[in-house]
Amino acid sequence: MTDFITPDFQPAIAEIFLLTMACVVLLVDVYLPASKRGITYVLAQLSLLVGAYLTLSLPMNETVLTFNGSYINDPMALVLKLFIYLVSFLAFLYARQYLVDRGIYRGEFYVLGLFAVLGMLVMVSAHNYLIIYLGLELLSLSLYAMVAFNRDSSLSAEAAMKYFVLGAIASGMLLYGMSMIYGATGTLDISEIAAFIASSDSDSIVLKFGVAFLVVGIAFKLGAVPFHMWIPDVYQGAPTAVTLFIGSAPKIAAFAMIMRLLVDSAEGLHVHWQDMLIVLSVLSVIVGNIVAIAQTNIKRMLGYSTIAHVGFLLLGILSGTDEGYSASMFYAIVYAITTAAGFGLVILLSRAGYDAEDISDFKGLNSRSPWFAFMVMIVMMSMAGVPPFVGFWAKLQVLQAVVNIELVWLAVLAVLLSVVGAFYYLRIIKFTYFDDADDNAAEIEAPTDMKIALSFNGLLILALGIYPSSLMALCVASIAA
Amino acid sequence: MFDNLPLLSLVIWLPIIGGIVVLFVSRGEAGLQRLLALAFSVATFLISIPLYTGFDVSTPQMQFTKTVAWIPSFNVNYSLGVDGFSMPLILLTTFFTVIVIISAWEVIKKHVAQYMAAFLIMEGLMNGVFASLDSVLFYVFWEAMLIPMFLIIGVWGGQRRVYAAIKFFLYTFLGSVLLLVSILYLYFETGSFAILAFHAQSLGMTAQTLIFFAFLIAFAVKVPMWPVHTWLPDAHVEAPTGGSVILAAIMLKLGAYGFIRFLLPIVPDAAAEFDWLVITLSLIAVVYIALVALVQEDMKKLIAYSSIAHMGFVTLGLFVVFSIFRQTGDTAGAALGVEGAMVQMISHGFISGALFLCVGVMYDRMHSRRISDYGGVINTMPMFAGFMVLFALANTGLPGTSGFVGEFMVILSAFQVNFWIAFLAASTLIFGAAYTLWMVKRVIFGDIANDNVAQLSDVNSREFWMLAVLAIAVIVLGVWPAPLVDVMHSSVDHFLNHIVTSKL
Repeated sequence: MTDFITPDFQPAIAEIFLLTMACVVLLVDVYLPASKRGITYVLAQLSLLVGAYLTLSLPMNETVLTFNGSYINDPMALVLKLFIYLVSFLAFLYARQYLVDRGIYRGEFYVLGLFAVLGMLVMVSAHNYLIIYLGLELLSLSLYAMVAFNRDSSLSAEAAMKYFVLGAIASGMLLYGMSMIYGATGTLDISEIAAFIASSDSDSIVLKFGVAFLVVGIAFKLGAVPFHMWIPDVYQGAPTAVTLFIGSAPKIAAFAMIMRLLVDSAEGLHVHWQDMLIVLSVLSVIVGNIVAIAQTNIKRMLGYSTIAHVGFLLLGILSGTDEGYSASMFYAIVYAITTAAGFGLVILLSRAGYDAEDISDFKGLNSRSPWFAFMVMIVMMSMAGVPPFVGFWAKLQVLQAVVNIELVWLAVLAVLLSVVGAFYYLRIIKFTYFDDADDNAAEIEAPTDMKIALSFNGLLILALGIYPSSLMALCVASIAA
Repeated sequence: MFDNLPLLSLVIWLPIIGGIVVLFVSRGEAGLQRLLALAFSVATFLISIPLYTGFDVSTPQMQFTKTVAWIPSFNVNYSLGVDGFSMPLILLTTFFTVIVIISAWEVIKKHVAQYMAAFLIMEGLMNGVFASLDSVLFYVFWEAMLIPMFLIIGVWGGQRRVYAAIKFFLYTFLGSVLLLVSILYLYFETGSFAILAFHAQSLGMTAQTLIFFAFLIAFAVKVPMWPVHTWLPDAHVEAPTGGSVILAAIMLKLGAYGFIRFLLPIVPDAAAEFDWLVITLSLIAVVYIALVALVQEDMKKLIAYSSIAHMGFVTLGLFVVFSIFRQTGDTAGAALGVEGAMVQMISHGFISGALFLCVGVMYDRMHSRRISDYGGVINTMPMFAGFMVLFALANTGLPGTSGFVGEFMVILSAFQVNFWIAFLAASTLIFGAAYTLWMVKRVIFGDIANDNVAQLSDVNSREFWMLAVLAIAVIVLGVWPAPLVDVMHSSVDHFLNHIVTSKL
């Protein structure tokens, strides 16, 4: 241990840049008067753009390890990171007007947001259990603070408290699982763990327990039933701009975490975690879809819909095939994009002093703004899995993965429950198109940049639905590498 | 001269592009929107005509084919083609879209552009269903089609439109998802999504049985067969006239088309095993639903139930072929049943579409569909009464109209199997006459019932020509069905030879 070898910083260049920028934004914001808060916003968005550029400038098709094998840059990480940047960019953009209207347009939102993005990027590139944990905690702690961002709202405070306590338990479970696997294998390095499991008896009790705790930790973070209790409360309690952020990009990072924890390191224990994931997935699809029907609060409804989507996401992973992994990767990316548009529309309907929280706020949107009514339809149909929107292809692929390992009953169960799910998405479209607007319903007013971004977001869902080939090929290629 | 044009792609995409153009180009000018919509629908109809004139009747092969890789990583192709089954249905679709757009001319005042666009986009999607040779492409069109119909019922429908629209969507969605799982399973078996590859794939009996029931649910909902028919009366009653017309004329045919394209050729052994089930359900539809129709007080509901009864003939004609083959050992006799089913589909499209238009014509004037609100319409609307009586008679299966041809062929083929099946099927000639003519008697004939009827004005020239074209079609098809039967002849032979060959 005498020599200190300077690690290769190149693969982590984007993360280093983002860390620097988060600190710079924090400092700059302190010296800005409230009227110039726009500078903070622009700096944060620029950081994301430059970060995306730096990530793109890395070699595309190589797998590079650095920091003594604890940090990896492979094609999957690269693709996932790009979509994390994209979705976060949209989330920051949608959030701005909302924060201004509510008098909580403060620089901390973007600082915390940037740290959360950094946490996600670290999770995606982690090649060591400790690094995964580091990224996850950076993300989670930023999110806890963001949920409580509207500090005068008791609902937000309660949601943040709940999120924090349950999140801490989940982190504990995850760490416990990691420590068991460390006990069994003597290492935290993902490749070494994988090699150890491959060469030894996979029936080891410690390993099994370790994996069980890992799965619990993951299920907590994802919000899979029966570890889903925080989702509806946090989604409802957090300011909509924060819900938008929590609901979108972190799902991509969570997918990466599953891939690193279960697939890259513990694929040899597939037989064990497959059954656990089947249970989680079945329960999530059932509870998420059925309970969502009873919701009248749009944010809560989308919370339960998230739970159902997590069930579908797990279907691909539990198949244990490359095809299934790439299907789930596609699902996670598509889900993040669709959710961003969904909450973006909720923000669009809100205005100063009024939060669009009830699904009846969509009433008569078609008369007020046919274009954004169309966007609502795209988002809801895509979430319901109706072609030609991209949500259909996401579902199709995970179902294919499940059918290919001859678990046809699981596919049948999942599609039948997606019919149940279709009902509550249709109900939103019903309010949007079939009902007349209330007399006091306001015009749709939003900054132009938000309108353009939302339109882009919606049309992206449609365009990917008509031509899903490129994104699918990207997912397949990055998993195969 | 049309050899170089991608005709099938055009009949799919031209109306969809037209729908988008109507939505965006002419903000607020309803007149221009109507004209544009009409122009696009007529253009699509004209483009579909070469599909008929250029069709080679001597071969059962797919024609006008086109295959382009769509999603290579998932082995999905944009693959189109038509045979003698799908080509006439595409023409029916393009024809009826023109009629529907004309029928909405002065009637629809709310969101005109969206109404027109919904019908144009739906036309493209329905043509896509008929033309797809790739099962995923088929499924995409099949499901996407629900969206415009859902909006049509929900936005421009009647009192209980929300209930009807959601019921319509969920029922069909439930059927379709099972279709999707079956498609995925067949891909797992064959390694291809091509429908023709599914046809060639041999399957064990267990797999065939499971797929049979998945397909049966998917397509029976759409046909609709008893007992999964309950969405139809609601959807028909609440939908605006145009929506009812497209539902009756085209959408119900999609279910029967699914039987022909998917169920029978892919799982023929299971279909032969369970043909009694489908025949029983068909006969229940023919007899029981006819009785239900008899007691309806709402004209649209009556015609909706009559549609279910008539579609029972289609499924009956398709599924008696196995018994005929078992008894006679050759497929010639069975061909009558399949061709009868096809003729019945086209004919029912014209007749039920026309009847819904007739109800629409009266509804626009009186804003009521209740039979009891009418009486003696012939006194104030003589020309209209003439059309209505003609279509009603065609609906009862009067010889000389298209309604007779299909039913007669199916009853004849049923006779080869069993007298009682034929007897029950033939009872429709009595029940059908009873409910249709009784409605006509109460609505059209008799003395003028009330002041509202006394103030009715006869059809204007738009309505006259719309109904006249349909009347001509019904009569021509009734006295001279050969042009229709000829195009499907070799496809039917090929189809029958395929489905009586075991795939075990």
